[in-house]
Amino acid sequence: MTVVVYICAGMLGLSTLLLLARMTMGPTMLDRTVALDVLTAVGICGVALEAALNRSTTTLPILLVLTLLGFVGSVSIARFSRGSDDIEAEEEAR
Amino acid sequence: MSWTDLADVIAAACLLTGAALALIAAIGVLRLPDLLSRMHAATKPQVLSLLLVLIGLGFRLREPEAIGILVLVALFQLVTSPVANHMVGRASFRAGQIDHDRLIVDELSEVLPQIEEPRGAP
Amino acid sequence: MSPRPIPRHRTLQLPVLVWLTLVWLMLWRDFSLGNALFGFAVAVGVCLFFPLPPLRMHLRVRPIPLLWLGVRFLWDVVVSSVLVARATLGPTKNLRNAVVEVNLKTPSDFVLTVVAEMICLIPGSLAVEARRSTHTVFFHAFDVRDEEGVEVFRQRVLAQERRVVRAFGSQTDHLEEVQP
Repeated sequence: MTVVVYICAGMLGLSTLLLLARMTMGPTMLDRTVALDVLTAVGICGVALEAALNRSTTTLPILLVLTLLGFVGSVSIARFSRGSDDIEAEEEAR
Repeated sequence: MSWTDLADVIAAACLLTGAALALIAAIGVLRLPDLLSRMHAATKPQVLSLLLVLIGLGFRLREPEAIGILVLVALFQLVTSPVANHMVGRASFRAGQIDHDRLIVDELSEVLPQIEEPRGAP
Repeated sequence: MSPRPIPRHRTLQLPVLVWLTLVWLMLWRDFSLGNALFGFAVAVGVCLFFPLPPLRMHLRVRPIPLLWLGVRFLWDVVVSSVLVARATLGPTKNLRNAVVEVNLKTPSDFVLTVVAEMICLIPGSLAVEARRSTHTVFFHAFDVRDEEGVEVFRQRVLAQERRVVRAFGSQTDHLEEVQP
């Protein structure tokens, strides 16, 4: 089980790096939001892996919190973004 | 081989598949060319990977009390992930950040200015 | 929001209360009677202080189509993940998508919502925009090659709608004209 969890953790770490690359590249706010959404899911998988390794149930509520946090984060960014590539340019234009 | 070993094997398989799918989702988000395609990568493999990881965790924990909270997490993820992605997709479409060269059919752009009715969201 | 305020006691709906109590029990991982009673009290309080407009669903749940809907949905989630994975790992240069308009035939808002939610997880689609007045939903179809693919996609959405209506809808009359 330990070996399996380490392999999984390696894959999750790699996906975290890829998602961080996408968040850095952008190009728009919404791209970053999508990447953040997947990053939250990867975080949930990570917490679940820890629980599976130690067979502990103490961290289970964190899973729930992260699920709802990812949802609220994506929705509020999508709701309040003006969908601009560059928010400062938009501010200046007004 | 007792049944706990069997449950551990199932759990390991589920966890491995789930992590691989999460990796595929991340590759998709990085590699696919435009936002809406990326959102497909962000919804489908991601939700399935999370479901598999939760199933694997359930088989590993083997406690009836823990199943409830796992079911709750899976249910919330199934319900909220499409909503969040729909909001993002709509925002991007309304902002006009669409790569029109990639669309072979676009039946929304011509009617979008006519949609005057109040939006569903406040 | 609404022009006419609804009386507070109308916001107490039994299914919502039962659901909230169930969530409370799952969160505590303690299925005892006392906890259930306290959870019910919390649910009543939540419904009184944070009222939502009452849902008019007019549902009639049919067990066997519901089971078929669930099984088919899980299968579709797996298939769509495999499709997206294949598109991701292959060459992405010539990926073509489409935005398709689909007129749903159901008059129910609830069915519209469920279809749009489930469509997001079955192969190659994502709801972009919905118009409640005409029951039109605009879907983004992933990896569509040509006009034929668009038509296949439209039929897939309508098939999903039929399954949802069979499982939940109060009337199925409007389905018969589509399927002779």
